[in-house]
Amino acid sequence: MPERVITLPDVGEGVAEAEVVEVPVKVGDPVREGDVLAAVMTDKATVEIPSPAEGRVAWIGAELGQKVAVGSVIVKLDVADSTAPARKEQVTVALKPTPAPRTAPDATETEAADAPRAPQPAPEAARPREHVRSAAPSSPPAKPAERPLAAPVVRAFARDAGVDLRFVKGSGPAGRILHEDVEAYLATASRGPLPAYGLVRNTAVEEIKIIGLRRRIAERMQDAMRRIPHFSYIEEVDVTDLESLRADVNETRRRDRPRLTVLPFLMRAMVTALRDHPEINARYDDANDTLHRYGGVHIGIAVQTPNGLMVPVVQHVEALTIWDCASEVARLSEAARSGTAKREELTGSTITITSLGALGGIASTPVINAPEVAIIGVNKIALRPVWRGAAFEPRKIMNLSSSFDHRIVDGWNAAQFIQKLRSLLEAPAKIFMEA
Amino acid sequence: MDPISCAVLVLGGGPGGYVCAIRAAQLGLDTVLVESGPLGGTCLNVGCIPSKALIHAADAFHTARRFAGGSPLGIRVAEPEFELKTMMAWKDGIVSRLRGGVYGLLRRANIKVVSGIGILRDGKTCVVETDMGRQEITAEHVVIATGSESIPLPGLPFGGAVVSSTEALAFEDMPKRLVVVGGGYIGLELGTAYRKLGVGVTVVEAAERILPQYDAELTRRVMARLGKLGVDVLLNAKAVGLDRSGPALRIERGDGREQRLPADKILVTIGRRPRIAGFGLEELDLRMSGNAIEIDDQCRTSMRNVWAVGDVTGEPMLEHRAVAQGEMVAEIIAGEKRSFDKVAIPAVCFTDPEIVTAGLSPEAARAAGHAVKTASFPFTANGRAMTLEAEDGFVRIVARADNHVVLGLQAVGQSVSELSAGFALALEMGTRLEDIAATVHVHPTLGECIREAALVALGHGLHA
Repeated sequence: MPERVITLPDVGEGVAEAEVVEVPVKVGDPVREGDVLAAVMTDKATVEIPSPAEGRVAWIGAELGQKVAVGSVIVKLDVADSTAPARKEQVTVALKPTPAPRTAPDATETEAADAPRAPQPAPEAARPREHVRSAAPSSPPAKPAERPLAAPVVRAFARDAGVDLRFVKGSGPAGRILHEDVEAYLATASRGPLPAYGLVRNTAVEEIKIIGLRRRIAERMQDAMRRIPHFSYIEEVDVTDLESLRADVNETRRRDRPRLTVLPFLMRAMVTALRDHPEINARYDDANDTLHRYGGVHIGIAVQTPNGLMVPVVQHVEALTIWDCASEVARLSEAARSGTAKREELTGSTITITSLGALGGIASTPVINAPEVAIIGVNKIALRPVWRGAAFEPRKIMNLSSSFDHRIVDGWNAAQFIQKLRSLLEAPAKIFMEA
Repeated sequence: MDPISCAVLVLGGGPGGYVCAIRAAQLGLDTVLVESGPLGGTCLNVGCIPSKALIHAADAFHTARRFAGGSPLGIRVAEPEFELKTMMAWKDGIVSRLRGGVYGLLRRANIKVVSGIGILRDGKTCVVETDMGRQEITAEHVVIATGSESIPLPGLPFGGAVVSSTEALAFEDMPKRLVVVGGGYIGLELGTAYRKLGVGVTVVEAAERILPQYDAELTRRVMARLGKLGVDVLLNAKAVGLDRSGPALRIERGDGREQRLPADKILVTIGRRPRIAGFGLEELDLRMSGNAIEIDDQCRTSMRNVWAVGDVTGEPMLEHRAVAQGEMVAEIIAGEKRSFDKVAIPAVCFTDPEIVTAGLSPEAARAAGHAVKTASFPFTANGRAMTLEAEDGFVRIVARADNHVVLGLQAVGQSVSELSAGFALALEMGTRLEDIAATVHVHPTLGECIREAALVALGHGLHA
């Protein structure tokens, strides 16, 4: 049978290699024209490689998680069509431009040091292939396909007790599992005093290949932490006045206006505070020893989405009112969550806000969204007793946990910047007076 | 009408549905059952029960006719006759007695039965158009048990001379010539019964043998018997359409030749399909598996707290499977830990002779990777079979070669359907050949053949 060779096509945009994130076929599988043979992920998109013909998979050269170069052979097909000559096949591919997440595990994301980057991985790339390997305390599981031999009443007893019969050694004829065997298993699995009925050790170990999106996150985190000397600075901010202003404004706002969270106030305060600290609103191209200071303030907002963390960007916050800020944050968060955010809405931030406040936590040490040089973390607001000259008063206190790139930002400057932010947030009228 | 709210809503009053409702009520769950037709579903009203009644009546008549010419038993009778109307009334009497029983059981269990077609609006709400008006029901759990329906043949829609098994169980006049399209168990059971009542019967089967899902060793006996009874079986033959000139069916034989089969009734039994349409199920957008609702081993559908049991979940479409599922779902809803972990769902064909299968056939066991020991014991060597004039057939046992655990039990022969309980019990209990060999079986019974087959498999058969 003639053979057709499928190579990794040029997926465009100067990409030289791509990571294999899916190989849905096995050697010997019959495929029809158009069936997906493999999916690869570039920085920009996930690309499915369809079969150009009907045939049978003869050889697979791509392994899951492997990076393959453009032009290298991914799959060989035996095709039934005897007229087709054996030739290299450059298939046309369906590019899925995914509004892909800029991702990071703790509210930040790192990027390579060049220009603002395109989004990349597709949601399905994030699904890890799972290989479950389990071990039992007393005996290895029977051959997987085999059904444990046990009478219905013993099966019911085991199920009630939460025992998987595949792990129980049967003492009956032909290894039949008896009621007593399940009881014995329950007793030995506990070792020592009997636990609450039905509690058993779980000794399963899962092997999950870190590929695709997760691997990209891992690489970038590692890169950011290795290259950037982070330092974190944590300050508490009395937001009692801000909170009462916010409550009042929300109560009396026009119908068509969005509800204000703390975020828009912080964004506007950052615009003001950054005027004195332009080196903090910047991107550092460390390969070329060049710092790009930006006139506009483009704030990345870390958003947790079903596919992982994404950082949509509110562009030109300096030109937005507080209401605009609130609308933009709401719109972009929703777009990120629903996967409809456009590429330009996910790139180009000059500083990032990460907020874990909703989950609680008094401080965090966020990882900088490289090549930016600073990230502002918002912690939860808590009512605390504060000494106010004459007495303790209940005040609403919020911590700001921020990290800076010490290559660019000195501790002194960072502290000044945060103190400026604090003074603005503690007397929120100043945010607008100095705007 | 005031909306009803309940814990469990069962949509469909067939065996899967009504058993689920009874079990749920037993467990203290407030349960409502919605059914538009009579309770008891396909099985009780237009399936297992009426067909078995008809088969018995046909057998009785057939025996009488056999005796008319004298018999080895020395019995001679005058040429027998039968009255179709009385026969059907007797059959209907059994159906209505059983149906009344179901109503009684539900009433005693305090289950509210709402009559009308229930349309699910979402996974929790059902609207029923009843005679008294629109009834809305909201439930925490919905159990879909809408059953199945006969598949019509394209080009041969039901109506007029073309009937499904439902109509064939209630003929008002005896057809002279009956053509059965589809050589599965439903077609063969009814075809055989009508043949025994004197009807000229032709079976048209597209495959190369009848009962394609059973192994040939079993079906060969049925095929031979059909021949003796005078049923024409045309294999590799496809129904093409009606011939309007006279009531007849045009078929295409395996060699491409067209043939015309005169028939005043054409019974189409090419299979059954899950009944999905008309209950709002499309709107729920449940995940499907082919044309059936996809379920897991707890009968959960893709929607939370929406369950499905019975034929609507696909093959095997058997009453006893639906009942086991319905029972289990009620127990899970009540908080018990259950899953459908049956070793075997036995199946019976009430053909002549009957076929019963449980567990794996020898081929299926080998295909599953087992080294097997298999043995049969013929009824020709069984005393009871001789006294019943039922020597045709055998019992077969399939066991693992290494540890003798029984993997399958099958039989073909008269009345072997009654052996199915023992077969299923042996498989569920995980018995070995030695267990069966060491169990005392009553003499003289057909069941002795099970023990004898086990002995043969162990290499020390006593009567073989």
